[in-house]
Amino acid sequence: MSQEILNIEKLCVSIGEKEILKGLDLKIGEGETHVIMGPNGAGKSTLGNTLMGKEEYEVTSGKVTFLGEDLLEMGTDERAKKGLFMTFQNPIEVPGVRVSEFIRNSCEALGNKMSLWNFKETALEQMKVLNMDPSYLDRELNLGFSGGEKKKAEIFQLLMLKPRLAILDETDSGLDVDAVRTVSEGVRVYHERVGGSLIIITHSTKILESLDVDRVHVICDGRVVAEGDRKLVDEINANGFEKYIKA
Amino acid sequence: MSEEKTYVEDINRTIYDVIDDDSDAFKLEEGLSEDIVLQISKEKDDPDWMRDFRLKCLKIYNELEIPNWGPGVDGLDMDHIYTYVRPNAKMSNTWDDVPEEIKNTFERLGIPQAERTSLAGVGAQYDSELVYHNMQKQVEDQGVVYCDFESAIKGEYSEMIRERFMKLLPPTDHKYNALHGAVWSGGSFVYVPKGVKVSVPLQSYFRLNAKGAGQFEHTLIIVEEGASLHFIEGCSAPKYNVANLHSGSVELFVAKNAKLRYSTIESWSKNMYNLNSKRALVEEGGRMEWVSGSFGSHVSYLYPSTILKGDNSSMEYTGIAFANTGQNLDTGMKVMHLGKNTSSVVSTKSISKGGGINTTRTSVQVMPDAQGAKSIVSCESLMLDSLSKSDTIPVMDIRTDDADVGHEATIGSISDEAVFYMMSRGLSEEDARALIVSGFADNVSRELPMEYAAEMNNLIKLEMKGTIG
Ligand SMILES: Nc1ncnc2c1ncn2[C@@H]1O[C@H](COP(=O)(O)OP(=O)(O)OP(=O)(O)O)[C@@H](O)[C@H]1O
Ligand SMILES: [Mg+2]
Repeated sequence: MSQEILNIEKLCVSIGEKEILKGLDLKIGEGETHVIMGPNGAGKSTLGNTLMGKEEYEVTSGKVTFLGEDLLEMGTDERAKKGLFMTFQNPIEVPGVRVSEFIRNSCEALGNKMSLWNFKETALEQMKVLNMDPSYLDRELNLGFSGGEKKKAEIFQLLMLKPRLAILDETDSGLDVDAVRTVSEGVRVYHERVGGSLIIITHSTKILESLDVDRVHVICDGRVVAEGDRKLVDEINANGFEKYIKA
Repeated sequence: MSEEKTYVEDINRTIYDVIDDDSDAFKLEEGLSEDIVLQISKEKDDPDWMRDFRLKCLKIYNELEIPNWGPGVDGLDMDHIYTYVRPNAKMSNTWDDVPEEIKNTFERLGIPQAERTSLAGVGAQYDSELVYHNMQKQVEDQGVVYCDFESAIKGEYSEMIRERFMKLLPPTDHKYNALHGAVWSGGSFVYVPKGVKVSVPLQSYFRLNAKGAGQFEHTLIIVEEGASLHFIEGCSAPKYNVANLHSGSVELFVAKNAKLRYSTIESWSKNMYNLNSKRALVEEGGRMEWVSGSFGSHVSYLYPSTILKGDNSSMEYTGIAFANTGQNLDTGMKVMHLGKNTSSVVSTKSISKGGGINTTRTSVQVMPDAQGAKSIVSCESLMLDSLSKSDTIPVMDIRTDDADVGHEATIGSISDEAVFYMMSRGLSEEDARALIVSGFADNVSRELPMEYAAEMNNLIKLEMKGTIG
């Protein structure tokens, strides 16, 4: 494995009284692309939210190291500044805050301060990759965006913020065929230009078509129950999760 | 405006808080008496009618009660307010003639820079008197008059002013109007002749520097038939541990088919009692637009009002108030529909934080002859914590049977989900919350010229940081 970027050891996470992650292990190397699959409710989004440091997700035991540091000690914004990024399954709408204003502030927070002109130029370039109309820059953040537009806007942020490790939580669900292709292209461009690592949480294979997958992990009931190479994706698509749920 | 004001990281309340030495200013003794009123009148070399008017106002002031329905004004003791403080400077139309220290203050506030880039004319008042007044030649050539009030009252437009002075806002309206009438000083007079469209805004800036002083400027604007104007009013003061008082008076006359936009960004310090009055009279087909941002003061009473006198006249009000710790802001607006087919569109927003109190009063009156009147009022409140208070008090008095009147009020808080989302993109919690609040104020900043929108966003960021109290 290449240089390790993320190392999760025996992670246990509860929400309220309920234990969701029950000793999960995962290692990601620099520049690698990992796929996470698993039935609904298995704990995939929980993993993403925990890595991002969401309040109500309580880590009861286990360890997470990101770029050699204890991730769990950091606040959410520190994690982002370290190079962690997550697309949201349901990005929230924030009235009155313009997409451009938000992303420019984010870029600046991450140490990439740009002049207005420079920002616009960079933004338009990335939007082209995603087939997004430049008018989105002036729209209110996620407000009234269709499901597909929201997902594209998340990938747009991925391209603008250039994280070291991006967790994509079902970025492909709810997209039409063309949009999946566009989003997939956006992810490919990110991977190629930035060389960052990816954790792709998905239920489908379409988003993976143009990507090289290094490793596939199957999560069931809060644990990694199977791992393999790309072929595992096809196997699951053919046979479902039944075999793992029983195990 | 200057770089330091438009860049978000460099927010600095010191822009507003620097105190200039006022030892060489001329002050009348503190308090309010006939003798003081007469001295002010003499200082200003008032025409007789004005002197008599001041005395009449003083009498009314003494007869009227302090309002018993709004925030308390116990901390305001007129016996300890200096009603007249003249800076040691003569009014000039070049900044070079303005004394260094005063000029520096206005530089910090970004006034001369804004004048160069985005204004057609500027008036700058320091304590009780204007120290600077100037207008671009091409605007002057269009016949536009923009000058200090004292010159105006003695000049070519004296009759026009005498006919209108405190007629829209009579001294009998409330105690502080009467006070204003007795001790007013400074302010601007604007006259836009028939058909003239002033494409670039004029701005008057009111700076109150002296400790324990009052500022009582009078602004009177006449926009004649078919003419249009955007007037911007800015105000600020450094913070003291004693009460300061601002009781300005703004009277606006919008003639047939004329249009006036009046924008205010107020960032008084938090020892200020801001008891201000503004009223507009709109003739047939005329249009009045208010844009208002209230950020400072300890106590405010502020309800710009509009009389839609002429048929088909209209008004739009867009305002925001931010009450932080120790602030009690009683704001809102009033509109009276007198003419037929008149319309009003009102959006108020309030933000309350750290125990701050916002009360938003809106009053819509539709008089019996105002057939076809339309009015829509929306009041939104954002509460940043559970210590703060926010109240909306709508009054509707509809005396026709075909009025189309709507009112909605909402109250909300910042969602944790939105904060988490923004933090996951690198913003600190504080910045995330500030950005969400700026978003809430977005409809107001969109109505302001760019520099002022940037200033307003800075003020919001400042309040969100809680660095001033
Ligand atoms: N905030 C929450 N409060 C209570 N329960 C939660 C919360 N978030 C997640 N859960 C529960 O945790 C379990 C795992 O949810 P999670 O969202 O991680 O599943 P998932 O693997 O992402 O599923 P899907 O494929 O449907 O997106 C579910 O039973 C869910 O109901
Ligand atoms: Mg999920």
